[in-house]
Amino acid sequence: MGPQRLPVAQDPVAPRDSGPLTITVDGAQVTGQVGQTVAGLLLGAGHVSWRTSRTGRPRGVFCGIGVCFDCLVTVNDIPDVRACQRRATEGDVVSTEPPTRETPA
Amino acid sequence: MAAAAAALRHGARVTLLEAGYNLGGQYWRHLAHERRGAQEHRLHHGWSTFQRLRDEISGHPDCDVVFGASVWAIDRHDDAPPVVHVMVGAPDGTDREPRSYTPGRLILATGGQERTLPFPGWDLPGVFTAGAAQALAKGERVAVGRRVLVAGAGPFLLPVVSSLIRTGATVVGVAEASGRSRLTRGWLTRPWELASASSKAGELGGYLKDLVRHRVPYWTGQTVVAAHGTDRVHSVTLAALHPDWTRVEGSERVVEVDAVCVSHGFVPRTELAIAAGCQLDEQGFVTTDAGQQTSVPNVYSAGELTGIGGADLALAEGEVAGTTAAGGVPRPLLVGQRKALRNFATRLEAAHGIRPGWQTWPDPGTMLCRCEDVTVGELRDIAAKTRSRGLRSLKLTTRAGLGVCQGRTCGRNVEDLLGPNLLQAGRTSRRPIATPVRLGELAATLTPEREDPLP
Repeated sequence: MGPQRLPVAQDPVAPRDSGPLTITVDGAQVTGQVGQTVAGLLLGAGHVSWRTSRTGRPRGVFCGIGVCFDCLVTVNDIPDVRACQRRATEGDVVSTEPPTRETPA
Repeated sequence: MAAAAAALRHGARVTLLEAGYNLGGQYWRHLAHERRGAQEHRLHHGWSTFQRLRDEISGHPDCDVVFGASVWAIDRHDDAPPVVHVMVGAPDGTDREPRSYTPGRLILATGGQERTLPFPGWDLPGVFTAGAAQALAKGERVAVGRRVLVAGAGPFLLPVVSSLIRTGATVVGVAEASGRSRLTRGWLTRPWELASASSKAGELGGYLKDLVRHRVPYWTGQTVVAAHGTDRVHSVTLAALHPDWTRVEGSERVVEVDAVCVSHGFVPRTELAIAAGCQLDEQGFVTTDAGQQTSVPNVYSAGELTGIGGADLALAEGEVAGTTAAGGVPRPLLVGQRKALRNFATRLEAAHGIRPGWQTWPDPGTMLCRCEDVTVGELRDIAAKTRSRGLRSLKLTTRAGLGVCQGRTCGRNVEDLLGPNLLQAGRTSRRPIATPVRLGELAATLTPEREDPLP
């Protein structure tokens, strides 16, 4: 149960096979199709939430159009990137925790 | 797109700032170029109109389309055109290119966003806006769930059902909050007026066929009043609603789902219009004259910003705006179409507009502000204890609307819950920085000449 990406062979829209694209999310590999957003990749792989709110409630995609900021992730050490707005590129390192900040000396 | 194409036809040079990776906005959101589908029209209404506009704009020597363009501020000048500040690059990046434009004419077509009303469990993963389901289906070919319930108000619920079905999901039902008598009054009074908006009727007819073919039940006068689960939704409670949208006690039933898509209505995205100084009406929409010009000379507006009316009205308004901004005169036929489609929009509000009874759905523990985790009970308690009627002070004391989305998701709901005596109503839509910009990027826009000398 949960979200899923429709396999190309079953898709009435007949999308081109753009080839696989793999990113790592908290160290684990997640594969989708070239041209997908980070959120699309995560949901397509069955993840429904990946962040927690201030009081620890789970958050994933809510608005899907960049308005709600529920889906924030860290991409290649850049925090607070909206996963639904950012297209994934091969080898992106995604973390669901913000990067640890170095305290100034 | 319609405004750009019309302005080009009238001899203007056009820069089109597109926040996304593709033209088409939310309505014609589609697959990335690398994945483009041979049958993509199956997910869209008016796909050939999109293709025509896209080809007209993209190939035009006088049109510069800038993708990944986040407009983050507009500087207003009393006697000169506004300056538009943009970051160009991958969304939320750190090394985007800052640009500033000073156009002779500015057309704002920033669209709308969904307004989602809170109910217990609405912040559980698996509860999506209907727009999210639509965007993921059209832009990603991802279905938000396998057993999905669609709930809310308005005709937008129907294309979401069609998209979900074509993306491999089973839609267990559609719950329309408005009751049968209100729908009848809204849509079937003076039916001859609807004839000139027949393109809309054709579109809706197509979606209704999908409901029938896939045996998707359409329940009127009902809505989702709770979503259940611990870390994701596994079921929802549906309840019947009175005409004012208060729930009918004892009418509840539980439906098992793995996703629910909600859409109670739409609100305009007015940050840039407000920054440009455009006047808004009582409902918060940008006011325009017959040529789509706003209260600010040389600033025009079209689409959901001026009233919620859907894509066909946005196309008509955009064409008028582009024509007049380029010094032309809109065709009478086009002006007539716009009138008919505005009539359609008025009916939309009459038949489906949000009713105050929704305030009985949340319980005190229901999340109100998803960013700062402020509950409905906390807001009501603090408002009662402080006896404050000031929206600004309540925002600071409760933190509702202070989070990273800047009150985009909860703002209108907060205002409604605080009641009609609220001071500074409408204030939740004021955001001088229209989209978050990193301090490093901001600093990089300051050239040495522009920095103020130290005193």
